[in-house]
Amino acid sequence: MEPLLDIRDLSVEFSTPRGQVKALRKVDLAVRPGRIVGIVGESGCGKSTLVSAVMGLLAGNARVTSGSIAFEGKELQGLSEEAWRDIRGRQLAMVFQDPMTSLNPVMSIATQMIDIQHRDSGTRADKLKKAISWLARVGIADPEQRIEDYPHRFSGGMRQRIAIAMALLVNPSLLIADEPTTALDVTLEAQIIHLIKQLRAEFDGAILFVSHNLGLIAEICDEVVVMYAGEVVEHADIRRLFHAPSHPYTQLLLTCDPARIESEERTLPTIGGTVPDLARLPRGCIFADRCPSVFERCRAEAPPTYTIADGHHVRCFLHADD
Amino acid sequence: MGFIIVVLLVISALGADFLATHDPFRMAPRQRMLDPSAEHWLGTDQLGRDVYSRVIYGGRIALWVSLTAVSLSLIGGLILGMLAGYGPRWLDNLLVLVFDAVRSFPTIMFALAMVTLLGPSIPTIITVIVVASIPVYGRIVRIQTLSMKETEFVLAERALGAGPVRILFSHILPNVIGPLLILASMEIPVVITIEAGLSFLGLGVRPPTPTWGSILQDGYQYIRDTPWLVIAGGLPLILTTLGFTFLGEALRDAFDPKLNRH
Amino acid sequence: MTDLLAIQGLRVRFRTVGFVRALIDRIADPYIDAVLDVSLKVRRGETLGLVGESGSGKTTLARAVLGLVPVHSGSINVAGRELVGLKESEYRAVRRELGMMFQDPVASLSPRKNVRNLLAEPFHIHGIRGVDTEAEARRLLSIVGLHQGFLTAYAHQLSGGQARRVGVARTLALKPKMILADEPTAGLDVSVQGEILNLMNELQRQFGLSYLIVTHNLPVIRHVSDRLAIMYLGRLVEQGSTRSIFAKPAHPYTQALLAAVPQPDPDKRRDQLELKGEIPSLRRRPPGCEFHTRCVHAQARCRIEPPGPIPLGDGREVRCHFPLV
Repeated sequence: MEPLLDIRDLSVEFSTPRGQVKALRKVDLAVRPGRIVGIVGESGCGKSTLVSAVMGLLAGNARVTSGSIAFEGKELQGLSEEAWRDIRGRQLAMVFQDPMTSLNPVMSIATQMIDIQHRDSGTRADKLKKAISWLARVGIADPEQRIEDYPHRFSGGMRQRIAIAMALLVNPSLLIADEPTTALDVTLEAQIIHLIKQLRAEFDGAILFVSHNLGLIAEICDEVVVMYAGEVVEHADIRRLFHAPSHPYTQLLLTCDPARIESEERTLPTIGGTVPDLARLPRGCIFADRCPSVFERCRAEAPPTYTIADGHHVRCFLHADD
Repeated sequence: MGFIIVVLLVISALGADFLATHDPFRMAPRQRMLDPSAEHWLGTDQLGRDVYSRVIYGGRIALWVSLTAVSLSLIGGLILGMLAGYGPRWLDNLLVLVFDAVRSFPTIMFALAMVTLLGPSIPTIITVIVVASIPVYGRIVRIQTLSMKETEFVLAERALGAGPVRILFSHILPNVIGPLLILASMEIPVVITIEAGLSFLGLGVRPPTPTWGSILQDGYQYIRDTPWLVIAGGLPLILTTLGFTFLGEALRDAFDPKLNRH
Repeated sequence: MTDLLAIQGLRVRFRTVGFVRALIDRIADPYIDAVLDVSLKVRRGETLGLVGESGSGKTTLARAVLGLVPVHSGSINVAGRELVGLKESEYRAVRRELGMMFQDPVASLSPRKNVRNLLAEPFHIHGIRGVDTEAEARRLLSIVGLHQGFLTAYAHQLSGGQARRVGVARTLALKPKMILADEPTAGLDVSVQGEILNLMNELQRQFGLSYLIVTHNLPVIRHVSDRLAIMYLGRLVEQGSTRSIFAKPAHPYTQALLAAVPQPDPDKRRDQLELKGEIPSLRRRPPGCEFHTRCVHAQARCRIEPPGPIPLGDGREVRCHFPLV
């Protein structure tokens, strides 16, 4: 199947007083229609930069130095601001970590939900009806009354539900969810994840689900992309990633998750060392300094991506076939 | 740019004795209302005094009044504002009431009342300005203190056992002083204008002491005879205002942590 | 082991509306109880995990122990000394013995002080003379595993993990008996999270510290605590050993919390949602058992009669009419 979003060889640099920070390097990522693809990684791994690049919202000091981002077969780079707005309002939607980011505090929910349908024809009454039906679908009780309320009248969990309804209202072909439950309590988080799973039946687009929480990734995604220090180090089907992780970083990340440690062990595993400075990259593999399986070649040259099974890609010399 | 103007102003104020070409008080009735010449760089006024020298000495007074008034109101505002922000609720309510009362009173009326009571003099001007501007600083400090009172680092200091004095002076003060200094540098020209305004109205510094305000006043009265007096009194006022405003903006950029990071 | 911290019937109230507003709107009770009727103990050298969602009162409870929020009634006893009713000046001595780690590691460091000054400050605060603060700062840094170069760093130059270590070093300066830690791993990456918890564990062994760890992170608390106390709407609904609670939760809320943690295993996906609805407002506490509005096991009695704490055989205590064990 033709990918919906096809990112190839994408590199992004930021100009800072310390020099060029190479925030993304040669990122390949394909999202097929209807799939939920998880992006997992620790802080500074580049997942936010990747999302911004896809949304066309990179900061002013950022520059794409190589690669392409194709969406529904069309190259996104170099689009005019107007063309971007058209895509963002129609085919691409986003749910943020803090729901207040996407809700305007001084406008009622009804006004905002009608507003985002401004590209559609139809009367105001039709649009209101559609908005109410979406509120009902995301589990807001009494949607006819509540839709006249302002965002501050809703709890954090409810606001996130509304943000999801607003994102899906325009029936986008790709929804980007950037840590959508990080600001919520566990029981509310479980409810939102449950909601996304339920909505999947009605919403036929793909979802790019960004999270640092392996549990959530396992719960909801079909495939996973693991990022480290600006590179995609592993991309695999969800089962293969959790049962046969093949990059040493993925393996360590899984070992470190306390939710995966069954014993009552008091000393928790850690990944020694720190993330390298992205303004002064090492010559070899980006993970070499922290890798338990490091060998000579890793320090001499950067590994390419090897495909070790259908849909399973690893950027590591341990899987070199030459 | 702002810095250069301010430095020039300070040099001229400090070195007035050397920079002035004439005694600013000496009258020469036969040399009234002269146009600028090699002898009198900015001409002479209606009493034959050298305008250039009067402008230089006027700058000294303007700077002295404004710096004293601004630093006194800064210190007053800082102490009262921190007390209001960190102290008990009743004190906060009381101080806010006082601030509002003072602010709601027109400065010029207040100045008139004070001058009537105490007579026109430099200390009177300074008192008027200090009382009128303490609330400006006090309110800003109070708001900053209130918002900082609940931050985690203040709680962390309290959890270590730090008392209110240490928290206020060691932790809150360094965080409010930056914005306050910026405000102060932008207030200096305002104060200079107030002083000039009061002197212009005859409520400020007594003649024959040279101030920019009184030079302007003279110029205003004799504007039909010569434009030079108004220019001589007004131009330094404009330049000083610009200079301090630029300096304030430069300070703001320097203090802004968002621009300063890394 | 003896009790280091003993809390009895603690209640902390906050005023929600002003005096005048309450009169106008005829609100008879302008207060909410953030912490209500809480009794718990922490023994010497023990770690107690205080678990709850936002608004459960867990952070308020920890802050009340340090005298940072006023206590309405009840008793807080640390090493045999009653803290409720102490004056602010008397509390300062108590704060030498109790350290506190706040949730945001960077924001809890004074932004215009460098690490050297931050580490020397506890000694200045308590007027401790005859201490070489420079040497002490270096010693504390090495205890928490940071190199000396950090002495001149400011809070905004530190990563979350480094700032957390500085925070730990500061609380250790005065050799406290107990550390209250509010979400010590919030916002940290998994690999860094493990480092901080291991450090805390190591310090506990070395100095015989007691910990009260406030958290919502169940997978983490399981590995670091001896006992757990679960809070809901300001009350303790269950407390007991970590092992027994994880093995078989007795309160339906505890069970729901445990079930809400997503498992990092795609073969263990959940189809059922354990807990529906949201936490009720503290302004309108439900009658009877306060959890009955969301409880799947609720019966008629639960809607009327508030359950008292019931001791279970294994040393656990649960506030439920129909405990699950």
